[in-house]
Amino acid sequence: MSSPIVKLVAQRIALGILLLLAVSVLIFAGTQILPGDVAQAILGQSATPESLANLREQLGLNDPAFIRYFRWLGGVVTGDLGTAMSSGQDIATSIKGRLWNTLFLAFWAAAVAVPLAIILGLIAVRYRNGWVDKLISGLALASTSFPEFFIGYVLVYFFAVKYQIFPGISTVYDGMPFGERMQAIMLPAAALTLVVLAHMMRMTRAAILNVMQSAYVETAELKGLSAFAVIRRHAFPNAIAPIINVVMLNLAYLIVGVVVVEVIFVYPGMGQYLVDHVTKRDVPVVQAVGLIFAAVYISLNIIADIAAIIANPRLRHPK
Amino acid sequence: MADIKAKSDILLDIRNLRIEATVYPPGEPPKNITLVHDVSLTLEKGKVLGLIGESGAGKSTIGLSAMGYGRGGVRITGGEVILNGRDILKGGKEGFRKLRGREVCYVAQSAAAAFNPAHRLMDQVVEATLLHGTATRAAAEKRAVALFKKLSLPNPESIGERFPHQVSGGQLQRVMTAMALCSEPDLIVFDEPTTALDVTTQIDVLAAIKDAIRDTHVAALYITHDLAVVAQVSDEIMVLRHGRLVEWGGTRQIIKEPRQEYTNALVSVHEIEHQEQKPGTTPFLSVKNITAAYGRSHIKVLKNVSVDIFPGQTLAVVGESGSGKSTLARAITGLLPPEEGTVTFDGRPLANRLADRPKEDLRQLQMIYQMADVAMNPRQTVGTIIGRPLEFYFGMRGRQRDARVAELLDKIEMGKGFIDRYPAELSGGQKQRVCIARSLAAKPKLIICDEVTSALDPLVANGILKLLLELQKEENVAYLFITHDLATVKSIADSIAVMYRGEVVRYGAKSQVLTPPFDAYTDLLLSSVPEMEIGWLEKAIKGRRMASAGN
Repeated sequence: MSSPIVKLVAQRIALGILLLLAVSVLIFAGTQILPGDVAQAILGQSATPESLANLREQLGLNDPAFIRYFRWLGGVVTGDLGTAMSSGQDIATSIKGRLWNTLFLAFWAAAVAVPLAIILGLIAVRYRNGWVDKLISGLALASTSFPEFFIGYVLVYFFAVKYQIFPGISTVYDGMPFGERMQAIMLPAAALTLVVLAHMMRMTRAAILNVMQSAYVETAELKGLSAFAVIRRHAFPNAIAPIINVVMLNLAYLIVGVVVVEVIFVYPGMGQYLVDHVTKRDVPVVQAVGLIFAAVYISLNIIADIAAIIANPRLRHPK
Repeated sequence: MADIKAKSDILLDIRNLRIEATVYPPGEPPKNITLVHDVSLTLEKGKVLGLIGESGAGKSTIGLSAMGYGRGGVRITGGEVILNGRDILKGGKEGFRKLRGREVCYVAQSAAAAFNPAHRLMDQVVEATLLHGTATRAAAEKRAVALFKKLSLPNPESIGERFPHQVSGGQLQRVMTAMALCSEPDLIVFDEPTTALDVTTQIDVLAAIKDAIRDTHVAALYITHDLAVVAQVSDEIMVLRHGRLVEWGGTRQIIKEPRQEYTNALVSVHEIEHQEQKPGTTPFLSVKNITAAYGRSHIKVLKNVSVDIFPGQTLAVVGESGSGKSTLARAITGLLPPEEGTVTFDGRPLANRLADRPKEDLRQLQMIYQMADVAMNPRQTVGTIIGRPLEFYFGMRGRQRDARVAELLDKIEMGKGFIDRYPAELSGGQKQRVCIARSLAAKPKLIICDEVTSALDPLVANGILKLLLELQKEENVAYLFITHDLATVKSIADSIAVMYRGEVVRYGAKSQVLTPPFDAYTDLLLSSVPEMEIGWLEKAIKGRRMASAGN
C-alpha cells in the first residue's frame, strides 16, 4: 500500500493505544477514589485494624498508587485480570466464556442488522419521499424509540409465552449444539437488531441522499442506468465512510451496551456478569470488564477510521 | 423524393417544446413557472447547433430535453421531441433509459464533478456502452483508447487506469468527451464543456472536441454563454433569452449580421471604452519582493513578487488558475502572512499578519469576491450587510446609518426598496452590486476584486465593470483586479501584471503590456482568448509557441 495510508493507519493505531492507556488510568483512579479498599472489602466490617494492616501489607496496598497501577496494568497485559473478591475465582477465566457468549450474540445480531439496515437504506433512497420510504423510516424510528427492555418483553410475550416458538430465557452452556444455541439467542438477537437497525438505516439513507445531489449521479442517470444501479454503483461507494462509522458505533453498542438485554433474557454474557458484580461491589471485576469494554469500543472506532481512510480513493491512489 | 431525403437527414426535431417547473417562493404558495416557451429546432445528422444565451435562457433545459431529462424537478409539459423519427416523450421511463447513453450522450460543464471519484476512468468511460450492450468490454476499451488518442490525451493506453482526481481538469473534460463518444451516439449534448477551464486549456479542449465531432460525424448541441467559443464549433447558432427563441441562423450570419438587438448586444459585449491613466509619481501601496507559501510547504506560491498601486487606478493581475493571483491578494490583506518581502501603505510598512493590523488599516483595504452568494450572510438583509462596515468603522447608528445605506444603494444603481431584501431574493448581478456597496461603505483606498465578474453572464458582468469604473471616478478608489479574462482586463485596467506559476512575468502600463513583442506566456495567454471570428481556433492553435500548463 502507498505511504500516506500506512502513515495515517499507523497514526490511528498509535492514538488508539494511547487512548486505551488513558482509559485504564481513569478506570484505576476511579476505583481508588471510592471509599474503602480491597482489604476492607475482603475482611468485612468486623475486621480489626491489625488484620487490615496485615492484609494490606500482604496485598501490596501500601505501595504508592502508580506502582499499584503498573502492577495491575502489567497483569492485564499478560492476561492476568486479578481475582474476583466475591467468589475468589480468577477473573480472566470467568470472563473468557462470557466474552465469547457476548460476541456470539453480537455477531448474529450484527449479521442480520447491518445488511438489513443498508439494504433498507438503499431502498428508502430509491423510493425517497414516497410511501415505501416513509414506511421504512417510520417503522425503523418506532423500533428505536421503544426502550430495549420493552421490545424484549414484547418479544418474550409473543414468541415465548403466547406462541412458544423460542425460549424466553436464553440459557446457553458449554458444549451446547449450535442449532440449540441459535434458538436460544433468537429473541435477544432480534431485540438487539431492532434497537440498532434504525440508526444505521437512517444514516445510510442520509449519507446516500447527500451524495445523490452530485453531478456524477446525474452523469450516471444520463448514461441510462436504472435508478437502483445509480444508487448502488455511483452513490453508495461515495457514501461508505459515514456509513461505516455508524455501523461500527452500533457494533460497539452490541457488545458493550447489551447489559439490559442480557439481563432480560438471563443470557450469561459480559453485561450480566458486570451487573452481578456491580451489585456485589466487586471492584477488580468492574475494572476488568470496564477495560475490556473500552478496548472493544476503541478498536471498533479505529477500524471505522481506517476503513474510511481506505475507502477514500484520493488517499488510496495519491497523485 | 427531395422531401423524403430531407426528412431522413433530420436527427432531432423539437417542436413547440414547453418546459415548466414548480417554484416555492418563501411566504407564498407554490407556483408553476414556464422555463421554455414553445421553442422549436431541428438538427441534421452530423451537424452542430450552438445554443447560446445567459443563465436562465433555458439552453441547458432544452439540451437535456433531447434526453428526456429534467434537472431538479423540471417537467416537459408540451411539444414533441422527435429523435430518429419517433417522439421520445411518449416512450416513458424505459424509453428514456434506452436512449440515454446510447443515442444521446451528455458532456457536462465540470468534468471534475461529473466523474465519480470512486471509480477508475475506464470503468466510467465504457459503462454506458456495456450497459446498452453495444460492444464487449474488450472492444469498448479498445474504442476508448482510440478516442483518448484522438482527443490527444497523454498516455492514452494507461490514462483509463487513473482515478478522476489524478487527472487535470482539461484532460478530464476530454475524457468526458471520449466517454460520450464511446457508445457511438447519434447526438452529443455539450453543456458548457469549456467554461470551467482556463483560457489556455479551453483552446486545446475546444480543438479536440471539434476534431472529434468532425471525425466521428456525430451531431451535437453545443450549449454555452460564450458566443466566440460557439462560433468556432457550430454550423448554426440559436440565440435564446428567458426561454424564448431570439434568433436562429448560420454561424456567420449570427456573428457578422445579427438581426436582433439582443444578439447584437451579445456580439459586442466586451467593448468598454476605457482611457488608460498614466501612473502617478508615488504609489500608495507597494508590494516589494513578496514570497509566500501555504503551511510549511516548500512550494512557494508567490516568488519575489513586486507591484505598485497608484491612487484611483486599476492594476489588473492576470494568469490562469494556480498562478498565485488570489494568493497575492491574501498576502496584501494579511490573510496569508508572506515569508519574505513587505507591503508598504502610504509610506509605512503594513503588519504582515491580519491580527496585527489596526482597524484603520483594515478599513483602507476591502475585498469583493467571485461568489457573491457565499460572501454574504443569507440571514441578513441588504441593509444590515451594507450597514455593518458603517457601524464597525465609523460607529454610525440609526437614521444616519440608514441614510448612508440608501445613498450607497443609489450609487450601485439599486433603489431604496432593496434595504429589507435578503440575498436569496437578488439576482447574481444584484448580489455582486451589494458586495460592491459593502466594500465602498468603508471608504477604502483600495478594493481587491477577486474574479468578481467570472461567475456572471457577459451582459451582467459588463454592467458591473461599468459600475466599477464609474465608482472609481467618483470615489477615487483604486482596484486590484484579479482575473483570468483578458477581455475584462482590456476594458478596465490602467496597468497589468501577468502572473505565471507564482511569478510576475510581465508588468507595466496596459498599453505597454499589450504591445508586442510578447514573452512566450503572455503570447499564449493573449492568443488563447477566443475571438468572434470563424476559423480563429485553427489559426490560434497553429500560431502557438508554448503548450499550456494544464495539459
